[in-house]
Parts: sequence; C-alpha cells; structure tokens
Amino acid sequence: MSPAGGDAPVHVTLRGITRVYPAQAAQPPVHALGPIDLDLRQGEFFAVVGPSGCGKSTLLDVIAGLAVASAGDASFEGQAIDGSVPDGIGVVFQEDASFPWLTVHDNIAFGLRELGRPADVVQAKVKYALDFMGLADFAQAYPAQLSGGMRQRVCIARTLVLEPRLILLDEPFGALDQQTRLLMGDELLRLWRETGATILLITHALDEATMLADRVGVMSARPGRFLEIVTTGWPRERDSTIVADPRFGGLTSRIWTLLRGESLRALGHTGVRR
Amino acid sequence: MKRVTLLRILVILGAIGLLEGLIHAGIVPRFTIIPPSEMASALAAILASGKLKVDIAVTLTNVAVAIVASMAAGVTIGTVLQRAAALRRILDPLFATYYAIPMYAFYPLLIVVFGLGDVPQICIGFLLAVMAVIINTLNGLDRVPRVLLKAARMHRMSALRTALRIRLPYAAPYIFTGFKLAVAYSFIGVIGAEFITSSRGIGYEISFAYNNFDNRLMYGLILFVLALVLTVNMSLHAWEKRLMMRRQR
Amino acid sequence: MKARDTLILVAVVLVAWQLLYWAVGSIAFRSPAETVRSAAVLLADPRFMPHVRESMLAFAEAFAIAVLIGLSIGVTLGASRLASEVAEPILVALYSIPKVTLYPVILLVFGIGMPAKVAFGAIHGIVPISIFALNAIRNINPVYLRTGQVLRLSPWAAARKILIPAALPEIVTGIRVGFCLTLIGTLLGEMFGAQRGLGHLLMQAMTRHNMDSIMALTLLLVVFAATVNGLLLALDHRLHRRV
Repeated sequence: MSPAGGDAPVHVTLRGITRVYPAQAAQPPVHALGPIDLDLRQGEFFAVVGPSGCGKSTLLDVIAGLAVASAGDASFEGQAIDGSVPDGIGVVFQEDASFPWLTVHDNIAFGLRELGRPADVVQAKVKYALDFMGLADFAQAYPAQLSGGMRQRVCIARTLVLEPRLILLDEPFGALDQQTRLLMGDELLRLWRETGATILLITHALDEATMLADRVGVMSARPGRFLEIVTTGWPRERDSTIVADPRFGGLTSRIWTLLRGESLRALGHTGVRR
Repeated sequence: MKRVTLLRILVILGAIGLLEGLIHAGIVPRFTIIPPSEMASALAAILASGKLKVDIAVTLTNVAVAIVASMAAGVTIGTVLQRAAALRRILDPLFATYYAIPMYAFYPLLIVVFGLGDVPQICIGFLLAVMAVIINTLNGLDRVPRVLLKAARMHRMSALRTALRIRLPYAAPYIFTGFKLAVAYSFIGVIGAEFITSSRGIGYEISFAYNNFDNRLMYGLILFVLALVLTVNMSLHAWEKRLMMRRQR
Repeated sequence: MKARDTLILVAVVLVAWQLLYWAVGSIAFRSPAETVRSAAVLLADPRFMPHVRESMLAFAEAFAIAVLIGLSIGVTLGASRLASEVAEPILVALYSIPKVTLYPVILLVFGIGMPAKVAFGAIHGIVPISIFALNAIRNINPVYLRTGQVLRLSPWAAARKILIPAALPEIVTGIRVGFCLTLIGTLLGEMFGAQRGLGHLLMQAMTRHNMDSIMALTLLLVVFAATVNGLLLALDHRLHRRV
C-alpha cells in the first residue's frame, strides 16, 4: 500500500544534464534543456509534464542513449549512458513505429528474433504479449488494418516482449482520443505492475500525469528545468478511477499553477504555437 | 543564396568543367564530343547567323500548338470526366497504362495518314501531353472540398458557374502542374518526332548535321535544345512551387 | 469488377477504331479484324522471330543496366540529406529533356548497332529509377530508424531488416516506370540507325508504305507494353496496400 519507489535503489541518475544545439548558419546556439538533476528509483512510475518545446523529448533521448548531452552525466544501473542504447531499456515513441510490412505477430517477434532467441521461446513470449495486450485475435493482421490505438498497443507489445527494466514513453497516446487514452492509461498501469519495470512517461496531459504517476516532474519553458517534482503518493494498485480521490483535484491544480505561467512564456517566445 | 543551391551550381559547373578538361586532355576524343566551350560558341554562331531561323520557328510553333491543344482538350476532358464517375472508372486502366505505351510507334501511322508535314509531329506531342493534363486536372478537381460545393449550392449556382467560379480556380495549382508536364511532353514529342523523320525543324537539323558529320552544328543545336528545355521547365517548376506553397497549411 | 471494366474499355477502343477506319478509308488504315489477321501472319512468319529476339535482348540488357545504375545512384544519394537535396532537382531536370536529342551523341560514342540501342534504352530508365529510389530512401519514416537504434541493431541488420522493406514499395514503383520507359527508349533507338529489331521493322514498313505491317506491329507493341505494365501495376498495388 505504500507508494512505489521510496527506499528502492536508484535506477537512473541524471546530474547537470544539459543540451545545447550549436550555432547554425544565421542562428545563435539554442539552449534546449537543462541543467537537469534527477534520481529515478527502481520500479517507480515517473511522469514529465511541461510546455511545448521545453525539451521533454530531448531528455528522453538522452536517457535512452539516442542523443548525447552537451554537459552533465547520466547513468543507468550504475553504468554511464554515453550515446549508445544500453541493454534493458525500451522506448515507445509518439508516432506509430509498427512495421507495415510485417504482421502484428512478426512485429512483436522482431526484437527477439534479432537477438537470435530460439523459435519456441519466441513463440511463447509473443503469445504472452499478444494475450497481455489484447491483440490475440489480430496476430495475423497487418498494422494498416488496425486503428491508431491498436497500432500503439503493437508497439508497446514489441517493447514489452523484450522485458526491459526501464520503459520510456514519449507522449505515446498523443494521437488518440480522450476515452481511448484513459483506457490505455489503465493498461499501462497494469503493465507496470506486472513487469515491475521503472517507467518514465512524457505527456502534455496533466490529468494523465497526475493519474498515472508516483511522482510528476514539472518542467519550465525552454530551456527545460524541473520547477518542482510533485509526489502523488498513490497506492500501487490504482487505475483511472483515482480521479475520484479527493486529493486528485488539488494535485492537478498545483501542477497547472506551476505550468500556466510557463506555457504562457512558451507561447510568447515565438508568438506561435511550436 | 542558399547553401544547397550553391552546391548544386558547383556540381553542375564541375561536371561541365570535367568534360571540358577530359576533351582537351585527349582522353575523350574530339570527333565524339566537342568541348562545351565550343558547343557554346557554335550555338552563338547559329543564332547570330539566323540561318536556322525558320527551323527554330517551325519547331517552337509546333510545340506551342501541341501545348495549347493538349491543355484545351485535357482540361475539358478532365472536367467532364470528373463528374462522370462510371465512365472514369472504365477509363481507369487506360490512365494507368497510357505512358507505358510507345507513342512513337504511332508516328509511322500518322505520317501515312497525314503526310510528312507538321501535323504528325504535333499529334505526337499532343498525345504525350494530353494525358498528363487530364490526370492532373482530375487530381485537382478531386481535391475540391465538399464544403465549398455545399456553399455553391447555398448560393444557387448552376453546374457551369460552379465549375468556372469555384472548382477550376481551386484546382488551378494542380492544373498548372499539368501545364508544366504538357510543356515538357510537347517538346519531347515534337522534337523526337522531327528526329525520327521529318523535313524541317530543329530535330531534323540535328539529324541532318549528324549525317553530314558536322559536329559543330550538331552539338550547337543539341545545346540549344537542352538549354531551352531546361530553362523553360525549371522556370515553370519554380513557379509551380510558389503556387503550391500558397495552398499549404 | 475491375475485369469487367477493362473488357468494356477494350470494347470501346475496338468500336472507336472501327469507326475511325470507316471514316478514314482503307487506303490509309486497316480495321481491327484486318490488323489482327496481319499480326497473326507476322507472328507465324519465321523471319519475324529473330527481330523480336533482337529487340528483347537489347531491352533486357538496357533494363538491367538501368536498374543497376539507377538504384546505385538513388540509394547512395538518398542516404544523405544534403546530397539528395542537391541532386534531386538535377535529376528531375534530366528527366524532362528530350533524350532523342542525345541519340547522335550515343551513336558517336558507341557506334551503330546493339551497344547504341542498349545505351539509349538505358538512359531512358536510369533517371526515373534513381529519382524514385532516392525519394524512397529519403522518405523512410525516421521513427523506424530510431526503433532500430532502440532495438540495438547493427547498421547492417537495420538496413536489411528495416530500411529495405520500408523503402521497397517506392523503389518498385520506380522500377516499373523505368521498365516502361526503357522499353520505349530501346524501341526508339531501333527506329533510327538499327538494321534489325522491331523498331527497325516499323520504320521499314513506313518507308514502304506497308499499312498492314505498320498497324500489325503497332498493335503487337502496344498490347505487349500494356500487358506487362498491367502486371507490374498489380504488383505495385499489392506492395503499397500494406503500407
């Protein structure tokens, strides 16, 4: 019943992470992110919210090893992260990354097959993932025949099947309608509990962050820095009905109060929504 | 100037310079290709002497006729066809296969029917160009949002007025793409046909110069055609991009 | 549904042809029935087949060269964002020039005969194949590349398992267009200085005013080109429907 994380060991450490895009042609250098300090505890669910363009996706790229920070240190399970993707990390992107030329089954099996796992192991794990994500009836379908939400489930299943210890999600439900988002949120929580993985979720939906996470990092406008990390203190066994909890409104409004000024600043920076 | 444009110019100049160098160095023999610098001077001489004025005029006139005819026929057919869904469905395989058909194969036929004058060449140019105009007109008209057509009905506009005041103006950038292709295809068709067999025109003169081993004249004319076609097509392409950009959201 | 429409189209074309024949007269034209008969006679003639073989051989060589060079250029340029941006307008401009004007140059370089025909056919196909391949590679959805990175694939495995399947539909479209244009180019080359081949036969028939041969040959060429294109189009659609 106690909140996840707490005194669990530290899984990911970020110290002074900064990202500056160097000067180009006629443009000055852009200080896009940081400095960021963060300790992610093993097994916790951490959400990041912030105005557009504040560098949330850049932060995810640095943790995943997809991008190198201009300054600062990042480490995962005690090993430094330095420009290559460490073993044990899974990423779900905002856009649909399912391969249109493979069936749902083969999409999910892709990573395992690349690792050279024996066929019977692959079959078993894929079947488990299909059942877990509710895709069993669509195993032989192609992604083009599925809805956006289903395709995103395929991407999640493809990540899940590799049993990552850290799962990074970059606005995975951005393209879905509100009701589907809420249902997918419940699925994400279920996945989190079953796998025991550490989860970092980037989202622009405040209620989603408050509903799903143990802690919510509120980022400022560019260059993104954590204004505050809000602890929700929810029990591990939770779902979208947590919105009924009396503390939900207070938490969300706290986050919005922090963000509102930042969002206005982000708008004012260019005058146009980024 | 953008870096990309600069690089592009450098690449082109580099290629021309390389050719010039290879020929002067004797690696590429002079009786095969003359240096680009000499091609340019040959072209200047041809234009200055006015000797081939008539041929140039004939070719350009034929190309112009092909363009006008294909635009008129293409836009009209496209507009009518866009409303006649059943007919369009039947003709669909024709659209898909049209450009795979060797149009030049019809040239001998046209010569026998119309005689060795300008008509067969204009026909080939027309045949190549008209389909591009039809396809692009259809594409543009397809994209007219239904809400605009509903607005036209609210204003009690007749079918003809709707076509002229709303549908065609909306489709104009796409019809322009068809125009750009019509110009390119008309050149290809007319000059190609002149080359195969003809009694006058630029294509004929190139063929004649080749048969008489007059490399200077031949390359000067080839350069003329290349320069003309490239200039016209690139200008239309740039114009088309500007028109399309106005439509981007 | 599709088959029925095609049959109706063929019927319409035949009717229009017949009407045209009645309008133009039998001196300058032949009816559909007469043309089919002439075509059958041609196909049965033992002297005809060598010409067909000559043309097919020239075309096959030209097509192979066009695919090889076109794909190499397109894939190499498409892999670099700068190179593809610089090169694409150049390729598009090359696409629009009347390649017939280059034929004398080809003859000067290769001499009269098979090599010239093959070269002429090939230059028709290289440019569209490379343009389509360039765009196929350039437009690969970046999220696939990042997925390959996250799954920690080696660059070679990523290219084989992700990039090629992703780019394949567009590349096949380019090859289809290149196929048709190479066919036209080879035929065109034969219409000039060749001594053998279908294009040469066509020109010969023209100088002899042999209407039967002209129409029969044209019919055979058109039917062949249309059929092959139809088959390639079906393949093209199959690949694109999955995307």
